[in-house]
Amino acid sequence: MTAQQWTLTLVVASFALYIGIAVWSRASTTKDFYVAGAGVSPLANGMATAADWMSAASFLGMAGLISFMGYDGSVYLMGWTGGYVLLALLLAPYLRKFGAFTVPDFVGDRYYSQTARIVAVVCAIFISFTYVAGQMRGVGIVFGRFLEVDVDVGVYIGMGVVFFYAVLGGMKGITYTQVAQYCVLIFAYMVPAIFLSIMVTGNPIPQLGLGGVDIESGIPLLERLNGLNTELGFAEYTSGTKSMLDVLFITTALMVGTAGLPHVIIRFYTVPRVRDARISVGWALVFIALLYTTAPAVAVFARTNLINSVSETPYSEVPEWFTTWEDTGLLRFEDLNGDGRIQFVGPDSPMENELFVDNDIIVLANPEIAELPNWVIGLVAAGGLAAALSTAAGLLLVVSSAVSHDLLKRSLMPEISERGELLAARVAAAAAVLFAGYLGTHPPGYVAQVVAFAFGLAASSFFPVIILGIFSKRTTREGAILGMVSGIALTGTYIVWFTLMHPELSNRENWWFGISPQGIGTVGMLLNFAVTMTVSRFTPEPPDHVQRLVDSIRIPKGVEEGAA
Amino acid sequence: MADDTSARHAQYWRRNIRYVGLLLAVWFSVSFGFGILLVEPLNAINLPGTAYPLGFWFAQQGSIYVFVALIFVYVKLMNGLDVEFDVAEEDGT
Repeated sequence: MTAQQWTLTLVVASFALYIGIAVWSRASTTKDFYVAGAGVSPLANGMATAADWMSAASFLGMAGLISFMGYDGSVYLMGWTGGYVLLALLLAPYLRKFGAFTVPDFVGDRYYSQTARIVAVVCAIFISFTYVAGQMRGVGIVFGRFLEVDVDVGVYIGMGVVFFYAVLGGMKGITYTQVAQYCVLIFAYMVPAIFLSIMVTGNPIPQLGLGGVDIESGIPLLERLNGLNTELGFAEYTSGTKSMLDVLFITTALMVGTAGLPHVIIRFYTVPRVRDARISVGWALVFIALLYTTAPAVAVFARTNLINSVSETPYSEVPEWFTTWEDTGLLRFEDLNGDGRIQFVGPDSPMENELFVDNDIIVLANPEIAELPNWVIGLVAAGGLAAALSTAAGLLLVVSSAVSHDLLKRSLMPEISERGELLAARVAAAAAVLFAGYLGTHPPGYVAQVVAFAFGLAASSFFPVIILGIFSKRTTREGAILGMVSGIALTGTYIVWFTLMHPELSNRENWWFGISPQGIGTVGMLLNFAVTMTVSRFTPEPPDHVQRLVDSIRIPKGVEEGAA
Repeated sequence: MADDTSARHAQYWRRNIRYVGLLLAVWFSVSFGFGILLVEPLNAINLPGTAYPLGFWFAQQGSIYVFVALIFVYVKLMNGLDVEFDVAEEDGT
């Protein structure tokens, strides 16, 4: 079978599986719809969280990003895993004990304020939509590249599948499809990585291969890549070019942002007990770490391969995959000096770079560069779709529950019936899918910057008020509201200013203390903490029932049923 | 009696905070410490038995392994603490 036939077969088979699961796990109550009946096993929830969390960007983009950034790429590796330690130690068990359905639920009840609830609803919806736009686009791009359909058509197909299981099954359908999607995506990621590792280092475990010896030259792989990089005028692979302060701030923003993302937090409402929530975060990180420790290895193997196969190669002799990917526009060669050879060089080289490589190509083209069988190519396509669809579904559920539960049931129409609320949840999910599809077909400028925005907002809004809500009884409604608003205002303004309004000014000289827009979420978070704590000192103590609520959250015994 | 329980609960909470503080200190050291602040001096040596510069290893591999271990240690400590203070959840919910 050709690569395209394999891709079609594997994609259709995996979609059929997801839809089958959705039919089997239909939601019949709002509790099913919002938190899968709080009956998910910790291990299954760990897998679902991993799929929920790892998006098209993790699957397709991250290895490529690290490959070009070298050591600087560590911000993503540490940032997107370290947040789970915060989640496990500071958030998940307590929020499970609180036993609500959504993040605004907690904020609204803990801060005894409808205003706080509404601010949280707005943040949750905004964060989720900015993030989901990239996912739908990712679905379209995978379809476009592997099956030669129009990107927009790809987005519509993805919408159709997500519509089916998110609207029908709610959190219950999403959870079990995410378990299946995790299996698909991790298999699809590991197979080419293992092949590559054997090819480059002779070691079948990519994590060890990265610290091994390059078979071709007989010298340690990282040393060899450092040598190649320096020779071609790039920065040494194992040292960075970003300022240390910026690295610190970006890593913190990503960690804290991870712990504050509503679609990740609500996953821990779905397990039965506090104890399950704790261990479940552990399992989630195990499953995530499998991909996240493989990605830096793939990055190095792919970069070494790329340099070896294209640098100074006459254009007439390039391998077949080179021309295939040139057609997609992800790889571009311009013979600037007219010598007929490819100069792939960095900023420190006297020559001009003639090869332009898109980050995504590292994962997408790997099977071809490594000359792997056609079914592996199909597998990578199915894996990329699994990663994008699982994250999109989780985000859409946040939007749907924020509207039907927090906005309707808890604010505007408290007397709404169970059936009415379930219907509203389905309608909201359907509307969210349509809007996400619109964003996917009309992407707002730079998808990557928009995703950075989601992290910055999550870091500067939810994380501080949830932590303080649990660990400091004295934190008041006024403090939390002003804290969230000031955190978001600062982070939002900084990011909008530098990425949307004045991208030409976005460089180290103009940034505050050299902190890039990606790292500003950390400053927003610190401001939120400072404002919340200061205002809380000068405002009346929270009422007794709230202080008792905090006491009960801190003790596992006696899990209460959902607040609604 | 009620005071007794709340004193026990306060003690439980203090122990919890201490565990969390210790674990977060390790979390900070391996990532921000070894992976970022001390990365250059650590890169001068290799992880024993491999060709990994140590600082780079912490930044791209080691810190992630430690993160996983930290969560499992936390689970073990807290489940033990729940039993010690008799605040564990009943089985069979």
